[in-house]
Amino acid sequence: MGLVQEIDYGTPASTSEKQVTLTVDGFTVTVPEGTSIMRASMEAGIAIPKLCATDMVDAFGSCRLCLVEIDGRNGTPSSCTTPVAPGMVVHTQTGRLKDIRRGVMELYISDHPLDCLTCAANGDCELQTQAGVVGLRDVRYGYEGDNHVFKKNDGVENFKWMEKDESNPYFTYDPSKCIVCSRCVRACEEVQGTFALTIEGRGFESRVSPGMHQLFIDSECVSCGACVQACPTATLSEKSVIKIGQPEHSVVTTCAYCGVGCSFKAEMRGDELVRMVPYKDGKANRGHSCVKGRFAYGYSTHKERILNPMIREKVTDPWREVSWEEALTHTANEFRRIQYQYGRTSIGGITSSRCTNEETYLVQKLIRQGFRNNNVDTCARVCHSPTGYGLGQTFGTSAGTQDFDSIEKTDVVMIIGANPTDAHPVFASRMKKRLRKGAKLIVLDPRRTDIVRSAHIEAQHHLPLKPGTNVAVVTALAHVIVTEGLFDEAFIRERCDWDEFQDWASFVALPENSPEVVGQLANVDPEEIRGAARLFATGGNGAIYYGLGVTEHSQGSTTVIAIANLAMATGNIGRPGVGVNPLRGQNNVQGSCDMGSFPHELPGYRHISGDAVRDIYESLWGIKLDDEPGLRIPNMLDAAVDGSFKGLYVQGEDILQSDPDTKHVAAGLAAMECVVVHDLFLNETANYAHVFLPGSTFLEKDGTFTNAERRINRVRKVMAPRNGLADWEVTQRLAQAMGLAWNYQHPSEIMDEIAKTTPSFAKVSYDYLDKMGSVQWPCNEQAPEGTPIMHIDGFVRGKGKFIRTEYVATDERTGPRFPLLLTTGRILSQYNVGAQTRRTDNIMWHSEDRLEIHPHDAENRGLRDGDWVRLTSRSGETTLRALITDKVSPGVVYTTFHHPDTQANVITTDFSDWATNCPEYKVTAVQVGASNGPSEWQRDYDEQARNSRRIATLEAAE
Amino acid sequence: MTMQPASTEIASRTAAIIQELKGLEGPLLPILHGIQEEFGHVPQDALPVIAEALNISKAEVHGVVTFYHDYRSHPAGRHVLKLCQAEACQSMGSDAIAAKLKQLLGIGFHETARDGSVTLEPVYCLGLCACAPSAMLDGEVIGRLDDEKLDEIVAEVRS
Repeated sequence: MGLVQEIDYGTPASTSEKQVTLTVDGFTVTVPEGTSIMRASMEAGIAIPKLCATDMVDAFGSCRLCLVEIDGRNGTPSSCTTPVAPGMVVHTQTGRLKDIRRGVMELYISDHPLDCLTCAANGDCELQTQAGVVGLRDVRYGYEGDNHVFKKNDGVENFKWMEKDESNPYFTYDPSKCIVCSRCVRACEEVQGTFALTIEGRGFESRVSPGMHQLFIDSECVSCGACVQACPTATLSEKSVIKIGQPEHSVVTTCAYCGVGCSFKAEMRGDELVRMVPYKDGKANRGHSCVKGRFAYGYSTHKERILNPMIREKVTDPWREVSWEEALTHTANEFRRIQYQYGRTSIGGITSSRCTNEETYLVQKLIRQGFRNNNVDTCARVCHSPTGYGLGQTFGTSAGTQDFDSIEKTDVVMIIGANPTDAHPVFASRMKKRLRKGAKLIVLDPRRTDIVRSAHIEAQHHLPLKPGTNVAVVTALAHVIVTEGLFDEAFIRERCDWDEFQDWASFVALPENSPEVVGQLANVDPEEIRGAARLFATGGNGAIYYGLGVTEHSQGSTTVIAIANLAMATGNIGRPGVGVNPLRGQNNVQGSCDMGSFPHELPGYRHISGDAVRDIYESLWGIKLDDEPGLRIPNMLDAAVDGSFKGLYVQGEDILQSDPDTKHVAAGLAAMECVVVHDLFLNETANYAHVFLPGSTFLEKDGTFTNAERRINRVRKVMAPRNGLADWEVTQRLAQAMGLAWNYQHPSEIMDEIAKTTPSFAKVSYDYLDKMGSVQWPCNEQAPEGTPIMHIDGFVRGKGKFIRTEYVATDERTGPRFPLLLTTGRILSQYNVGAQTRRTDNIMWHSEDRLEIHPHDAENRGLRDGDWVRLTSRSGETTLRALITDKVSPGVVYTTFHHPDTQANVITTDFSDWATNCPEYKVTAVQVGASNGPSEWQRDYDEQARNSRRIATLEAAE
Repeated sequence: MTMQPASTEIASRTAAIIQELKGLEGPLLPILHGIQEEFGHVPQDALPVIAEALNISKAEVHGVVTFYHDYRSHPAGRHVLKLCQAEACQSMGSDAIAAKLKQLLGIGFHETARDGSVTLEPVYCLGLCACAPSAMLDGEVIGRLDDEKLDEIVAEVRS
């Protein structure tokens, strides 16, 4: 198999369309204008020696190893910083160049340890390679005198020597091996955009410094790994490589964390994962990564991972480990018994946005074909269901309109209710890169998130609106655009219905939608609203990126519609650099929606009531489908409490922790007779489960994930499932136990069935994905190479539809008892409910959920930073520690939901989006006060959880 | 030794300097000069304030401050004596001058006398090669150093 080798061209590609032809060592090569000689030479297959150059960052010209000679020019210019010119004749190896290079190399090596044999980078060290390339045979300078290599020189303390920094849990910094090429510093600046590293001192004193001569962990470093990847020596090394050794083969796969869907090379030694390295050909991430995808995979071997199926009669019993056979037969029997006893619709299932498309497809198929009902839902219900509804109504498709590359052509970025630097870090880095090149930024968010202002990035307009007022503020933006005549009439007349536009325009122009009125109720300066609207309408290509801060509201769908209206009114649809882009939370939330996970839709967003669509599946599956939508998650729980819903199959979702109003979820689960949890860990939902089916990680199976840009990426198996079966096999075995004649030999066969039945996937197959790398749906006869940008010549639904967006304040309001508004969100190092990231060293960055509170509100309540506080809402109460910060406005408090012992969702209410039932996580009226310790609920819950997780010791082997 | 100002005081005095100079093109070096003038050195506590105000990272400010030897991390003595150690002066005996001076002042390079009277620093070329060996005392250049001139210098810094 071997390692997947990627060519390092030394400098980034030029995007020029003009071609230039030159000669390198007698070979003719043609490259785009602006390409460096180094890159052109590599294109011709000639590698010029180099150390400080790598194609992820701009040329720097410091190492003096890549010098070349050019006919007709004096001296020996560096090939990385010298652009090609027509007819140029370049020589990469002459006597003079060889001498210079050997001399330079000799100097490098004279201050570098010679412990190659025991060095972690042995076999993967560019310094070692280049020493070989230039033919270094001798270092005449010796090691006496100044050096950074030895702790002591002749028994005397060497103050230039610095101790290894092992503070970061995933990589070490060994200054004694540093050649000060600045690749790490430049990667941190140019690729990641954090600027956490610098070179301190000058001349021989120069060393890489995190922050202000701090430890990595204490600096601004976000542990994205870009520096480690850029380092040509062992100075920055993954601890896993130090511990295990160099990998011997690698497989390209897709990260299983957020909706960016980064491509990685899983570098292996045998079936042991040595490291994950971002893949430069990955079209979502273009060679970049974040702390989660790059490093936080340790959960797959965590000791708490459950590897054997387990069952129990009552949730108060300890778990009993059983064979797969017994667990699946038991489950099938229970489900059939419940259906016999309580009716066909008394059971259902929840598909996972963490699992593959193929697995999701199978779960909904099991429910529709095996359970014979439509009681299937997915966690997208609680995140982006309003996106599906809103964009479906206005544009005609339930997905983002762009690819991530589109950001490179954007002039004005508008971010609404999203925190990309924490939740979608790799895309945020690409966005920040564009912002540093001059694109403008507008942010609508109650908090001053990092993207509002951080090194070299500053929003032109930050509208710190009161939680719950999105619709009013976005409509006020439209008010300014309409009343000031800034709309794109030509676009609207051509692409949209002009009468509908006029109706909408007369609505948004009403005085009650003016910034002056809206500013009052949203606590935003009207001039900022006007400024933002003018900038968005007139600043060139405008792109809107939004997140759960838009959707998780009682008017989530309305805000999505308002966003779509705004994009259409300004003509920002249908070309690179513009569009409406939901930043989706989970790796495969787009895919799980595409795969028919909703109770009213079959794969490809086709309504269950459509006879033609049902026909396709009825003839293939040989059953009659119910033409009425089934139950949504909240309906299932309500029905359970009412006693009509008794059995649930939950694949890869922790509804108890992630869904709102935890007590209600708990009551629903407790009322069921057979709850089957299919997961990696005994999650919080499993506390109420009767059957536990161990899941497999993304490393242990084949499949596909679909990211936020509709890109279908391959997931490739790099090791056997530790639990014995991949998730798709578990679902298949369960289906077989229930009497269905399924016989998929490989996930590719499931994809073939999806392609055969779903028009937007018609051309997708594993062979095709292997050939193309990845494709963005729709991918069919009309768009054989997929669809990076949607609605290019017209909207999918025909004419774009303008819809009035009346602002209706949520019923959840502040008052004397609950005077503050709580909103919830995420943090960089943790992922969702934290089931995975809490089981990795990422815990070092975020060991508990904290309550962010403004200094004024804290002072009123006599709270100091770090105090335990009681957070109370109409639904419940919990305790956590306060974090006093002016990132939140007065009157607003904020927390994350990564830790089960905090249970932020005990607080959230059961209000939800009017169209889709997406819960209103982002607005809860609360009170905050001093506290002595955990709430009663937390104590009871903890007790129950501990009891529920008991596993009976195994009986003697049979 | 001068008392180190408290960090809140450093922050407020730094902020005032930043406010004054922020509008300049490339304001970082002028701000650092202003701070050194204000405090006699560039206090570590000033760096995050500058980073925040200019919207750059702390690492970047640290990189710039440490690149220029003239920015001090600690207050200097009442007098600052810079002795040229570059090639021309070396060829005219600056090594011996340095040894002598160190002995007379009882301190080495980059050190400050215990009584806070003087800080001794090497410098690499004062542009005074024709008058080598040369030095600079509190901004005034001195050429053609010899024993007599050294004694004068020592007397002045001790006075």
